[in-house]
Amino acid sequence: MNELRAIYTIWKRESIRYVRDKARIFSTLLQPLMFLVIFGAGLGSTLNKGNFGIDFIKFMYPGIIAMNVMGIAFFSTISTVWDREFGFLKEILVAPISRTSIVMGKIFGAVTVASIQALLLLVLAPFIGIQLHILIIFKLFLFMILLALAIAGLGLLIATLMKTTESFGIIMQVLIFPMFFLSGAFFPLTNVPLWMTVLSRFNPLTYGVDGMRQIILNGIPVDPMGYLE
Amino acid sequence: MIEVKNLTKKFGVLIAVDNISFSVRRGEIFGFLGPNGAGKSTTISMLATLLKPDSGQAIINGFDVNLERNQVRKSIGLVFQDSSLDDRLTAAENLYFHADLYGVDKKIFKERLSEVLKLVDLCDRRDHIVKTFSGGMKRRLEIARGLIHYPLVMFLDEPTIGLDPQTRFNIWEYVLKLRQEKNMTIFMTTHYLNEAEYCGRIAIIDQGKIVALDTPANLKKLVGGDIITMAAVNLAKLKFEIESKFNLKTKTQDAKLIIETTDGDKFLPRLFNELEEKIQSVELRKPTLDDVFLNLTGKKIRAEEASNKDIMKQTIVMGR
Repeated sequence: MNELRAIYTIWKRESIRYVRDKARIFSTLLQPLMFLVIFGAGLGSTLNKGNFGIDFIKFMYPGIIAMNVMGIAFFSTISTVWDREFGFLKEILVAPISRTSIVMGKIFGAVTVASIQALLLLVLAPFIGIQLHILIIFKLFLFMILLALAIAGLGLLIATLMKTTESFGIIMQVLIFPMFFLSGAFFPLTNVPLWMTVLSRFNPLTYGVDGMRQIILNGIPVDPMGYLE
Repeated sequence: MIEVKNLTKKFGVLIAVDNISFSVRRGEIFGFLGPNGAGKSTTISMLATLLKPDSGQAIINGFDVNLERNQVRKSIGLVFQDSSLDDRLTAAENLYFHADLYGVDKKIFKERLSEVLKLVDLCDRRDHIVKTFSGGMKRRLEIARGLIHYPLVMFLDEPTIGLDPQTRFNIWEYVLKLRQEKNMTIFMTTHYLNEAEYCGRIAIIDQGKIVALDTPANLKKLVGGDIITMAAVNLAKLKFEIESKFNLKTKTQDAKLIIETTDGDKFLPRLFNELEEKIQSVELRKPTLDDVFLNLTGKKIRAEEASNKDIMKQTIVMGR
């Protein structure tokens, strides 16, 4: 009971901090938009009706959502490093609660932030010409939570080992970009060299992107993975 | 309330806390006095279960810090040397967070919130974001936070470090009020000597060892009486003359000659009458804890100022 309350408390703090940080909300919303608009417009005209069997932007959209979930879930765990730097971690560590509750609270905080932010991206769907049924949104939401849980776990593991936000930032950059690009979010992973196939199989985001794409594009009469020749 | 037996902590080859033993009674203000790096914060970290002792035992409120960590944590309050508030939350939110983690009932929390805020004079700042607070206000809020779960023992690690004299004085008023109103046991560390005088008893700690433990008044008696400091053109000659004529031991520090003697006020006229060597200035004063420290360790407490020790301390606390 006490541990549940502790998890809730830590989760609540993460959420409050997120809501207060307007710049963060704005910038994390802007990034996927940028990807969609720039890549969509830039690559779309060249690649359209190529071997995707679908508008490039429609192909990319689920991947961008998955990417956004991952980026935010990962980035949110930086709060642990911040807490360490600003001393608040001591207040948490000395409290009469188990370490497990601290980890759970932190992860749930990151998951909440990531999935809510990703839900906001669904507002864009009609503009891209994708219709989302309420059932699809529900399925998506569950899947977002699952993906965010996995990524937040990974992020927190790294965050606990980092002493400064700078080092966490560097590790994050080093990990996140390969994970983005090797996830199948920007191009199908069908006609790629063997090494890339192997790497993408180890990439947790690959499964996230695939899942999102199957859920979102399932109602649309195209091959969701772009296997059409 | 606090029972410490043969507590030891090593960091590699460095023995940070070296086999110390002491006990603190209920309602007592117990002070740890020593220069930076003497082992004060390490001791607090061990007593607060943030750091595991290498050997020895510590019992807080009847709970063993090695075996009953959660019970110990529940029964103590802690104010850290450097801020551990969330400065993006309001004062009330910080307190609420703390109360939640310590399992304080919501109804009880409401009463205590205004009570502790009143104690530290922050009622009007209740819903302000902590970022906007001054250093002194933050420290006061931290003290309030440490109180919200009604701890039996309060640990204050350098509670007034880096604060201006006025704020320091105020914080001491709160601490004394606390002890009076709640009969709380207070364990504190400091390297401000004048502050140590508020304590019931003081342990002087140097290089991880307790070199003396007594009331401030008794500790001062360790110094051989009043202290006379003199300056002269020829210090060596003066030293020789005093040592031979009055059979007194002298010390030289900062180009001044220091002698300790009982009844200094009666000794001074004699000194002036019988001395041939010219004196430029003379000062007579009662012993302070600084003199006690100098006597016990052969150095001044403020001589070694903050260095990378603070950084080390942080790593120690966070390392766990």
